[in-house]
Amino acid sequence: MSDATRRTIAFTLNGRRVTADVKTHETILEVLQRDFGLFGARESCGQGLCGCCTLLVDGTAVSGCLYLAAFAAGAELVTVEGLARGDELHPIQRAFVEKSGFQCGFCTPGFILMTAELLSRHPRPTNEEIRHYLSGNLCRCAAYPDIIEAVKRAAELQADRT
Amino acid sequence: MAVIRDVMPAFELFQPASIADAQAVLARYGADAWVLAGGLDSLDWLKDRIKRPQAVVDLGGIVELKGIRPWENGLEIGAMTTLTEVVTHPVIRDRYAILLDAAEAAASPQIRNQGTIGGNASQDTRCWYYRAGWPCYRAGGNICYADTPEAINREHAILDADRCVAVNPSDTAPALIALDARMVVRGASGRERVLAAEEYFVGPAVDITRMTVLQPGDLLTAIRLPGDWAASAGGSGGAEVQFYFEKTRDRQVWDFALVSVASAMVLRGSAIERARIAVNGVAARPLRLAAVEELVRGRPRNEATAVMAANRAIEGAQPLRFNAYKVPLMRNLVKRAIRGTQAWTS
Ligand SMILES: Cc1cc2nc3c(=O)[nH]c(=O)nc-3n(C[C@H](O)[C@H](O)[C@H](O)COP(=O)(O)OP(=O)(O)OC[C@H]3O[C@@H](n4cnc5c(N)ncnc54)[C@H](O)[C@@H]3O)c2cc1C
Ligand code: FES
Ligand code: FES
Repeated sequence: MSDATRRTIAFTLNGRRVTADVKTHETILEVLQRDFGLFGARESCGQGLCGCCTLLVDGTAVSGCLYLAAFAAGAELVTVEGLARGDELHPIQRAFVEKSGFQCGFCTPGFILMTAELLSRHPRPTNEEIRHYLSGNLCRCAAYPDIIEAVKRAAELQADRT
Repeated sequence: MAVIRDVMPAFELFQPASIADAQAVLARYGADAWVLAGGLDSLDWLKDRIKRPQAVVDLGGIVELKGIRPWENGLEIGAMTTLTEVVTHPVIRDRYAILLDAAEAAASPQIRNQGTIGGNASQDTRCWYYRAGWPCYRAGGNICYADTPEAINREHAILDADRCVAVNPSDTAPALIALDARMVVRGASGRERVLAAEEYFVGPAVDITRMTVLQPGDLLTAIRLPGDWAASAGGSGGAEVQFYFEKTRDRQVWDFALVSVASAMVLRGSAIERARIAVNGVAARPLRLAAVEELVRGRPRNEATAVMAANRAIEGAQPLRFNAYKVPLMRNLVKRAIRGTQAWTS
């Protein structure tokens, strides 16, 4: 491509192969919101300090606010919108509902996706592992005790599912 | 100064597949080019519009910069290896646990998943006057705003300041010095230089606008960990390597070190055969404490040696208005690094 300020990128988004025309200075958040109408990964601090913009790239959680859209070429992205199967919530989502792991819900997509990474590496996480993995996510409503209960419940539900 | 953290201004992005191609772009744009690794430090600058490069060179597509492989009797870590990859690598866990501890102390899980070890070692200072775009020495001006009578300088330097009192924020840097790591730098001409970690980092007396030796066009390609200070290096004859890493910070996530310490010691019985020790958060570069290493060599590892070493470590410290606490903090961290934190009987 001759114009180095634009790019067409192809990637997998929530299981679908997609392409997007992006400007090279855009973050992945801007593109997910503008081109795909996905607002689950939301910008709050914009500087890596809160985890609200968390999304999964090839199974690992990153901060979308400090992640260029151009980095996503060829990658497999998952946002919170990609977890449910039709009307059936993902076990982690169910667990957050069951345990009320939120109040306002603003931080919840980030916590859910970080939980997804955690459970993929530690299906039966200890309290310490939960705290360690979720340490990059802030909850302004301080729902932390319920969030931790939700993660434990999610581990149980996932174990049942598989 | 207005800080806008929403969208970045436009730049030309290059995503080369080889070191040579990256360096060709860097050569073309000179000082207008920016090297991009994971972006956690870089994009922060660009979002704030304080640094405005015309061209950004993303190293993410260069396979030869990634991964951890055996090197002589140690390890070579590609500069683009993520901090999470460092933290989860079995050989680093077994032989270089101090680097694991240091890398794991950095930032947050999300940032470690994306941030690279090369970027962590090469990151710029977090002095907020400089980061907010104040025209200080480091930005080419002729004043240090953190060293004026009204300055808020709780996080700034107590040692080796020269006009600028900013500190190096990297958690991996002191561990790399303690392990006697070698930094592999590819110059614009394609020539490769291998530097000891302590020479990779520079203070204001050498170059007030940079944190490392890297000049425009240079790339850090890899970091090599020699076998000499690996956990098994003591090997025969009853010698044993022990590591210590500790980072103090205001909160356990995201925060940069107030003071950190990293040490590697070869012990024979209760005697310190040799040691390497470095601190960060106290000067513009991570400081290797060569005088302390010399002092403890051959001495018993006990409280008396640790106290003597700790007092030597802080000699010459010159606190600013709000950071006098860093002097006893550094003294205590050095003491713990030498003595260990277990209870001592002798
Ligand atoms: C909220 C937040 C909290 C943080 N907390 C900590 C912390 O507690 N401890 C800590 O140590 N760090 C911390 N960091 C910094 C983070 O760990 C580093 O920014 C990250 O590791 C840098 O790596 P990167 O790959 O993102 O590099 P980038 O941001 O892409 O690059 C950093 C700098 O190094 C240069 N560079 C990178 N790679 C190379 C190379 N191979 N050759 C030449 N130049 C290169 C770039 O040009 C740039 O100037 C924090 C960052 C954020 C955003
Ligand atoms: S918006 Fe990305 S971490 Fe806060
Ligand atoms: S539920 Fe409100 S911020 Fe977490």
